[in-house]
Amino acid sequence: MDALPTALITETAHGPRIDAVNDAGIAAGAQAGMMLADARALYPGIQTVPADTAGDLHHLEKLALWCQRWGPWTALDPPDGVLVDITAAAHLFGGEVELLADVGQAFAARGLRIRCAIAPTAGAAWALAHFGPDGAILGPSEDSAHRLANLPVAALRLDQDVLTILRRLGLKRLGDLAAIATGPVDHAEAAARDALHRRFRNRKSPSANPLVRLDQLLGKVQEPLLPMAAHHAPLVQRRLMEPIRHRSLLDQVLADLAGDMARELEARGQGARRLELGLWRVDGETIVRGLELAAATREAGHITRLFASRLDDIEAGFGIETVRLRASWTEPLALSQGDVEEASERQGTSLSACIDRLTVRLGPKAVRRPVPRSSHLPERAQTWQPPLEPEPTSQAVLEFHERPLKLLDKPELISVLYASPDGLPQRFRWRGKVCEVARVEGPERIAPEWWREKSTVRLRDYYRIENTEGQRYWIYRHGIAGDGRGGMPQWYLQGLYS
Amino acid sequence: MTASVCSSGAKALPGFPDPEIGTPDIGVMPRLSAGEIAALSKAREGRWRPGLSDQPWHSEIFASSSDAGGAGLASALARDALRIAGQAADPLAEDEDRRQVLWVQDKGAVQRSGRPYRHGLPPEWRDRLIHVEAASPEDALFALEEGLRCRDLACVIGEITGNPRALDFTASRRLSLAAEKHGVALWLVRLDAEAELSSARMRWRVSSAPSAPARWNAAAPGAPAWKAELFRARSHAPGEWILNNDNGHLRARRAAAPRAANTQDIGDLVRPTVGRSLAAFARM
Repeated sequence: MDALPTALITETAHGPRIDAVNDAGIAAGAQAGMMLADARALYPGIQTVPADTAGDLHHLEKLALWCQRWGPWTALDPPDGVLVDITAAAHLFGGEVELLADVGQAFAARGLRIRCAIAPTAGAAWALAHFGPDGAILGPSEDSAHRLANLPVAALRLDQDVLTILRRLGLKRLGDLAAIATGPVDHAEAAARDALHRRFRNRKSPSANPLVRLDQLLGKVQEPLLPMAAHHAPLVQRRLMEPIRHRSLLDQVLADLAGDMARELEARGQGARRLELGLWRVDGETIVRGLELAAATREAGHITRLFASRLDDIEAGFGIETVRLRASWTEPLALSQGDVEEASERQGTSLSACIDRLTVRLGPKAVRRPVPRSSHLPERAQTWQPPLEPEPTSQAVLEFHERPLKLLDKPELISVLYASPDGLPQRFRWRGKVCEVARVEGPERIAPEWWREKSTVRLRDYYRIENTEGQRYWIYRHGIAGDGRGGMPQWYLQGLYS
Repeated sequence: MTASVCSSGAKALPGFPDPEIGTPDIGVMPRLSAGEIAALSKAREGRWRPGLSDQPWHSEIFASSSDAGGAGLASALARDALRIAGQAADPLAEDEDRRQVLWVQDKGAVQRSGRPYRHGLPPEWRDRLIHVEAASPEDALFALEEGLRCRDLACVIGEITGNPRALDFTASRRLSLAAEKHGVALWLVRLDAEAELSSARMRWRVSSAPSAPARWNAAAPGAPAWKAELFRARSHAPGEWILNNDNGHLRARRAAAPRAANTQDIGDLVRPTVGRSLAAFARM
């Protein structure tokens, strides 16, 4: 297949586009970035395979971890590069030249073709690897600007539109740009430099600003990189000699797994926040049940109990042959005294265990905490979040605003008798009952949030009222008569005072 | 001795022996000092009042869903109980109670009387409330029981609408036992419900009462007040009070006189004495 011209293609809005081509394809005239139709015009017999970008990235991640054999940490440079920090590591291979030779051999053994370079900064190494001679080494004492002056500006890792701008400005080589940006100061150079600075003044992203990229390449500006770190989720599993079909056996296996997981987590000093239980059936089906915990835990009994309520609807079919428990999210948890489960019978459960049990049975939407939100609209002034998360900071409320103890989910329409349309309410009907208003305080006018809502939204005049029986309510008139945003205003009951 | 007990307490509490003290056995303890007798008679008198030290672990409050009086009284009683417990606790403990409060509502309660609103909650509860919205009464009972088993909760407030089949005497007994075992108080508000068999230690029937005049505006509603009837309690005589919440302290006064007394409610100044002796009122 490799002998035939082959292209990897992606479907785009304008038809299939070529992502990559093999050598035979290049010889046939196809290029990466070309439309497939154009390539077919050049060479009708070109083979196509759909590109797998996610797979490529996954492979690159594994490659980056593998590259840690040459340096303590590595960073991804998608789509096809890896940066390795070899600071103070080259002598272990006998020097930088030997290190590059070792890299070449190792990749060749894996059947991968590479271009590599060593330089003091990540930017310079990238430029040399992509546009310099193969196996280039830029020493720390050399003048980077001078060494790299002949490389094209594309070596600065810039966006395509920026490259177009630079090309139109006539800046084709790194040397051209460096001379203007940092060169000797004479009158014309200074004017050109000011013009260039002005041109890219508002570009904050490094890949859109050639001056920042140049500084990064020369090591004048720091360039933080995100290192790859291998992460192994704690995983325990049981392969069963006899496929299980009954719930009691599954419970037993689950209890064993939870015990294993607890030991595994304890050895690492961690607690699980998310657990995934995978069940492999004999007939090839896979069932996965997930669980999120309010706080890190490694109590086997607790995990077993939470999962037990999630296993009721599992179809065992012809039997389950493999059960696997994986903690995909863990947090550090200090070692503590054991035997908590028995203690919980005696002295009660902890808050996080209680929240876990409630959440697993009732769902995460059912167990929440009210937290304030900065808004004057009553129903927007409160929002809900999971109970153990830290509360967001907020402004204090005004003490003289007496708010009701309870707020209805949806304000209920009431019909109100009033002396004048914008006056105090005297009597109203709510849920089929007529209430005589005995006391009233108001209005408290709450204007609509014009920066968020439409211009036709009406304001609200809130009244605290008490009827003759002593029931206290919070009602509002939606709008005022003659505000040009609808007809006569309607009244709503929104809150119940204690 | 027997005569002395009867003269002070017989009228108030003939059928409610206090469980802690028990029925005094005349043959075993023939000699009691005057102070002990006074304490005994006081304990047997058993009138409920705010701020008593023996707070029940499981109370039921029957209220209408058309106002928040039930939830309001539940929170007021719970805060009163927590304040008393905080005073009795050891002085080395933290000043401020930071334990969470669990508020469980079933779906009917959410629909008919709304959700708790943070800005209207008692100030010390605003950042301590965990709300549970249960889809069914069974789930609500589960949440209540799990809450009662949790040692990190200050108290549990429940709101359940009507008389669901799940909330029978067995369920209520489970709640009572869990509350007593783990020492977490439960205040269960029953909205629009009939008072069926239950093991709650104190059972209230509450409705809103006209509030006291507000301080600055006589036409405005003032501090909340409730007409609360204690109709079943294990260690207290039944009674009826007007309770109001005065700056976080629960205050009680006797409700208006029995129906026979055709007098106006004139507040604290004069107590109607129809059908009772002044001495009986002086003890309240």
